[in-house]
Amino acid sequence: MNAPLTAPDWAALRAEFPILNQVVHGHPLVYLDNGATTQKPRTVIEALTRYYERDNANVHRAIHELSYRATTAYEAARARAARFINARSPEEIVFTRGTTEGINLVAYSLTGRLRPGDAILVTEMEHHSNLVPWQLLAQRTGARLLFVPVTGDDGLLRLDQLDALLADGVKLFAFTHVSNSLGTINPAAELCARARLHGALTLVDAAQSAGHMPVDVQALGCDFLALSGHKMAGPTGIGVLYGRREQLDALAPFQGGGEMIASVEFERSTWNKAPHKFEAGTPDIAGAVGLHAAMDFLDSVGRPAIAAHDDALAASAFERLAAIPGIRLFGPRGARGGLVSFLLAGAHAHDVVTFADQEGVALRGGHHCTQPLLRKLGAPATTRASFYLYNTPEEVDRLVEVIARAARFFGG
Amino acid sequence: MDLTELYQSVILEHNRRPRNYRKLPEANRVAAGNNPVCGDAITVYLQLKDGRVAEVGFQGAGCAISQASASVMTQRIKGLTVAEAEAMAARFIDIVTRGTPDEEDLDLSAFAGVHQFPARIKCATLGWHAALNAIHGEPATASTE
Repeated sequence: MNAPLTAPDWAALRAEFPILNQVVHGHPLVYLDNGATTQKPRTVIEALTRYYERDNANVHRAIHELSYRATTAYEAARARAARFINARSPEEIVFTRGTTEGINLVAYSLTGRLRPGDAILVTEMEHHSNLVPWQLLAQRTGARLLFVPVTGDDGLLRLDQLDALLADGVKLFAFTHVSNSLGTINPAAELCARARLHGALTLVDAAQSAGHMPVDVQALGCDFLALSGHKMAGPTGIGVLYGRREQLDALAPFQGGGEMIASVEFERSTWNKAPHKFEAGTPDIAGAVGLHAAMDFLDSVGRPAIAAHDDALAASAFERLAAIPGIRLFGPRGARGGLVSFLLAGAHAHDVVTFADQEGVALRGGHHCTQPLLRKLGAPATTRASFYLYNTPEEVDRLVEVIARAARFFGG
Repeated sequence: MDLTELYQSVILEHNRRPRNYRKLPEANRVAAGNNPVCGDAITVYLQLKDGRVAEVGFQGAGCAISQASASVMTQRIKGLTVAEAEAMAARFIDIVTRGTPDEEDLDLSAFAGVHQFPARIKCATLGWHAALNAIHGEPATASTE
C-alpha cells in the first residue's frame, strides 16, 4: 500500500486512541512505554468487537457460514501481513503469539539441523527473547553461541568483527532490527547480505521496527523475521513469523496438534504444508483480524511518516535530556529509533519511573530484558521513554521537565 | 499521594549515605538478595556470635527504597539476638505490607508509605529477607520474585 501524499494530521490520529484521553494521578496521561506495548486505535478495537459480534467461529474445515467468514477473515489477515512486510506470498506468513514465539519456533525446529561445533551468532544487544531460545538450541545440539560485540554507550555493533565471526562455523545469525534498550537501528540488509556470503541463515527480530518504519523482507534479504502485533497498534497475543518459502518447507514442525497435519494414523502423521504446519491448534483468529486492522491503520498513516515522527521526538528528547546534570544517555548520537534510554546519577531507574508515574508520565525502568548488555555497560537498570505516532512535542516537554525534577529530588 | 510520603527524608538520606555499607571481613554468614525484575541486588554480611548479631554490613545496588531499607536494617538488627532480629524483621515487613506506621519507631515507619506502591514493596523487604537468610544460614539467594 502506498503512503498517503498529504502529511498526516497527528492530532486527529491521536484522537483515534481512546485510552490516551485520561487522567492518571491527577495529570493527563503521557504514555511513553511504547517499546513495551503500544495503544490501539478505535479501528482495531472495533474490528475485534465486530468479529466477536458477527463472525466468530473456528477456522478451516467446517462448512457453515460463520466458519467460512472466520476462515476468510483469518486468511485475509495473512495476506495483509504478507503485503505489510512484502513477503512473496501469504504462505510465507506464520501466525504466532508474538516475536518470542516466532523465534522459539525457529530455534526449536532447527534442532535436527545443527551439530556439535556449529555456531549460532547473535549480538550483545539482543532482547532475552532473541538470546535464550538460542541458548536452549545450543544446549540441545552442542552448538556454540557467538556474539557480535557492542561498542559501548553509543550502542553500535562492532561490524569490523562480523566477517571473522561469521566465518567461524556460523549456521544462523539472529539479530534485532532496532534495539529496545539502546534505540540503535542496525543495518539489517547489510548484515543479512554478509551472513548469506558465509552460508548462514538469518533471523531478524523486528519487534521494535515493524510498527515504526518500513520493513521489507525482500529488501532485507532475511530468511526469517519475527514481529509482535501489540507493539504495532494491534492486539496482544498475535504476531507474525515470516519465513522464506523454502526455509519454512525445510523446517521441522514446532507444536503438534490439529490444523498442522495432512493425515494422522495412530502411529504416525504427515504434516500439512507451511504455514499451517506451524499453526497447531485453534489460532488467535480475532487477534489476526485486529492485526489486519492495525496494519491498515499504519499504512493509512504511512510508515515513513511514522518513522520520521517518532525519531524526531526521540532526537528532541535525547538532545534536551542531555542538558540535565548527571545524566548518562545510551544509544547512538545520530540516527536512532524512537526511544531514549538513560541513567541519572544518584537516582535509580525505578525511583525515576515511580516519580514520573505520579505526574502521569508512563516510563519503563529496568534492564529491558537485555540484562547481559546492561551489565556490560555497567548500568544495572536504565529509564526508557519510547515514542509512537500519537505522542506530541508537548509530551516531550513534560518528559524533560519531570526528569529534570527527578534528578534534583533524588540527587539534590 | 504526594511523592514525599513515599520518599520520606529518612529514605532519601539513607539512600544518599547508606550506613554500614561495607563487606565484613569477620562475617560468618553471607546472603545475597536480588530482585530480577528491578535489578536490585544486595549482599548482607553478618557476624553471628553467641546467638547475637555482633556485626552487620551490606553492599548492593538498587533503588532508593531497597538501599535505604537495607541501611536501616543494618542499624536496627545489630546487637539483637536471633529471635529479636526476626521479630524486628517481622515488624518492618508488617509496616510495609499493611501501611500502618509504628509511632514508637520513626525510622521503620518512614517506609509505611511504600504500602501504597504495591510494585515497590518487594524493594523495601529485599534487604530484610537477605538478612533473615543470612541469620538462618540459608545459602540460597533471597528473591522477591
